[in-house]
Amino acid sequence: MAETNFDLVVIGTGPGGYVAAIRGAQLGLKTAVIEREHFGGICLNWGCIPTKALLRTAEVYRNIQHAESYGIKVEKASVDLEATVKRSRQVAAQLSGGISGLLKKNKIAVFEGQGKIAGSGKVSVEKDGSKTVLSAKHTILATGARARNLPGLEPDSKLIWSYKDALVPDTTPKKLLVVGSGAIGIEFASFFNALGSDVTVVEVMDRILPVEDADISAHAEKAFKKQGMTIKKSTNVTELKKSSKDVTATFKDAKGKTSTDTFDRVIMAVGIVGNVEDIGLEGTKVKVDRSHIEVDEFSRTGEAGVYAIGDLTGPPWLAHKASHEAIICVEKIAGVKDVHPLVTTNIPGCTYCHPQVASVGLTEKAAIEAGHEVKVGRFPFIGNGKAIALGEPEGLVKTIFDAKTGELIGAHMIGAEVTELIQGFGIAKTLETTEIELMHTVFPHPTLSEMMHESVLDAYDKVIHM
Amino acid sequence: MPITITMPALSPTMTEGKLANWQVKEGESVSSGDVLAEIETDKATMEVEAVDEGVLGKILVEGGTDNVAVNTPIAILLEEGEDQSALDNYSQDGASSAGSSKPEDKPVAPEESAAPEKPAKQSGGSAGDKVVTGGRVFASPLARRIASNEGVDVADIDGTGPRGRVIKADVEAFVKSGGAAARKSDAKAEDSAKAGGTTAQPTASSGPVATTPPHAGEHEEIALNGMRKTIAKRLTEAKQTIPHFYLTVECELDNLLSMRKDLNARGDDYKISVNDFVIRASALALRKLPQANAIWGGDKILQYKDIDIAVAVAVDGGLITPVVRTADQKGLASISNEMKSLAGKAKDGKLMPEEYQGGCFSISNLGMFGIKEFSAVINPPQSAILAVGAGEQRPVIRDGAVAIATVMSVTLSCDHRVIDGAVGAELLKYFKGYIEEPLTMML
Repeated sequence: MAETNFDLVVIGTGPGGYVAAIRGAQLGLKTAVIEREHFGGICLNWGCIPTKALLRTAEVYRNIQHAESYGIKVEKASVDLEATVKRSRQVAAQLSGGISGLLKKNKIAVFEGQGKIAGSGKVSVEKDGSKTVLSAKHTILATGARARNLPGLEPDSKLIWSYKDALVPDTTPKKLLVVGSGAIGIEFASFFNALGSDVTVVEVMDRILPVEDADISAHAEKAFKKQGMTIKKSTNVTELKKSSKDVTATFKDAKGKTSTDTFDRVIMAVGIVGNVEDIGLEGTKVKVDRSHIEVDEFSRTGEAGVYAIGDLTGPPWLAHKASHEAIICVEKIAGVKDVHPLVTTNIPGCTYCHPQVASVGLTEKAAIEAGHEVKVGRFPFIGNGKAIALGEPEGLVKTIFDAKTGELIGAHMIGAEVTELIQGFGIAKTLETTEIELMHTVFPHPTLSEMMHESVLDAYDKVIHM
Repeated sequence: MPITITMPALSPTMTEGKLANWQVKEGESVSSGDVLAEIETDKATMEVEAVDEGVLGKILVEGGTDNVAVNTPIAILLEEGEDQSALDNYSQDGASSAGSSKPEDKPVAPEESAAPEKPAKQSGGSAGDKVVTGGRVFASPLARRIASNEGVDVADIDGTGPRGRVIKADVEAFVKSGGAAARKSDAKAEDSAKAGGTTAQPTASSGPVATTPPHAGEHEEIALNGMRKTIAKRLTEAKQTIPHFYLTVECELDNLLSMRKDLNARGDDYKISVNDFVIRASALALRKLPQANAIWGGDKILQYKDIDIAVAVAVDGGLITPVVRTADQKGLASISNEMKSLAGKAKDGKLMPEEYQGGCFSISNLGMFGIKEFSAVINPPQSAILAVGAGEQRPVIRDGAVAIATVMSVTLSCDHRVIDGAVGAELLKYFKGYIEEPLTMML
């Protein structure tokens, strides 16, 4: 009989759940995890990681297409979609296996099946009709989220794809419609566009990447259009009419004007709902608001001993947010001193389209709405030596400071490798630096990071290379 | 597993202290409760006791090291059965790896440098940066900037960031709570007093005390101990921010002295001093005038229910003010015995924080040195201090004729924000009444 008494039981092994379990084990808590599908959750298996593998293919292909501009002659490059998908799946499998190893190394008990709260201090695991009940002093719900479906526009996995279908495509659609221009929609649009699909992105808001700063949205739209994408803003999809081989979409714009167009495939990327069903919340004091569990700053739910982290608790739906919440939650449980709540404005967000988008903190609009008097700096990639040498002259680094205190309120970037640059501003924000420290920081030359420096200098009218 | 001993926090506000000396050598065994080391804070010297038993394996921070941050590993204790080889797993600085000896300690004792902190340096002209008298203050650049904008000193703010670092939220909360209001209104008053002249710097952000360059010539440099730093900081703050005024009165002591002689002759388990009478008389006067038992709270006055009297005690290298709690409710004998015990602990540097914190009123007595009268500096956040001179025979006029009486001059320093002239005068009137007719003190 396996051990069933635990200090900590974590339901879900995504980037929230497995990190919670490892940290719990490190702190000496007897820990178990329950997983119904794959170790690593959506992130590793059907999200962050496999999409990055696909997008890497797109990047390599794009570079090869432009090889001549770098002085290289390449003849007849083409993408083998099957091999591309295979690589993506292998990457996911490798990392998922890595999580399994980490759990084992930390002596975390692993239960496979559907985890469910089963009364105070109890968690049940059900698999194939058999049921095990665990005792848990503390239970962390980390069951994640899934794609939101719109009534009448549900994916069928054939012509209308969810993100999961789009990760294992059987064909490169000639004509593709992507519904939703958040990170997920835009990444797929970028991928298939690079592979040669004729891509249309439809967004209900008045700009694409609506959570980003307006300057970045505008810059991205311009870049995508230049790459051949069609962008429909302030537009709803009212109907998707399927034939045997294609889908006719009906669009309705802000003025109420309707139009139709026919596509080989449609990808639905219209948001996320929390996996709150079938985890035993009924009869507990856990509060659910529009598919997300309500928690306090230390991830505590209304029910004593029950916590929720990650996508399950609402936006931003980001793996690193889940992992960070996991650590805070577990350290609080273990009684570690000086545990500080997560500062949500310090969580960066990255989108791996081409050009890449990355940001941290408030947008200019949000900063002004929050009552800040702002100083804004902008620096374009075209003014940066490294960007020119890379052949990536497209992009922008924008910084927003509070005029009174010099606080870095937000940083927004678009262009090559910005997803790797943003953490510099993340550190700056977390350490509460002001413009002075950023100006005094020596940025190495030649790097793309110099643009971060220049953007700060620009906010204070000291920019050099512009 | 070897046990890491970290720098303890001996009071809620302590962030660092001086590791004065080790009472145990490396290799010596200790049992629970043994005194391992003495820690000197800005207020007192205290003992660190062993919690576990074992052998002191390695001292990581030598005795005499200043500014050791709370939670810094200071030594490693070997448990029973462990020998020096167990230390091999510890890196030389002992800090980061020592933390891993107990998993639950990890986040609490992170890779903090055990080296003594250097005093804050003026870094590149960042506006909020400043040298702080009480040692280095950890604060984020943004916190310093906001503090500077608001005219407050980050050193006055309790940090809630990682390892007690002062962060933006702390400064904002401090300003919001009115901690800054007092200083800001002071500064404003000063500005308006200058009526259009160049605006004065807010007093609170003016620099440390000794800014004038030293004289040339042969001299010895004497390092500041925690107590000296605190005296310098607090009393400079007092003289710069508290509007002092002074009231002097003479009290005839003959009745008191004869009563004291009488009382002391009646028992062996107490020996009441004139100062004990002064403590009780002050407490009773405050009871009659509760508005004087108050302190300035920035945007409000805090009037206290308990009447606690602080008494300045000269100790080696400085002074400290232990507090006689609810002195109005205590008899002379118990005040006397309590005061003796507090003074003894003060001289040994063994006062606990709760024994020297609080009170609205202090007594400073230099009578034993033959000082006739003097005025004392208020001890913030208190609002008054009574400076007591020597009781001496002086000519007095009684019924139109010169007579001889034993007279003691006392001078009350008052914080005008809390105590107005008439209130201070009334307080002294009651005090004088009790001293001159000590029987009324017995009521």
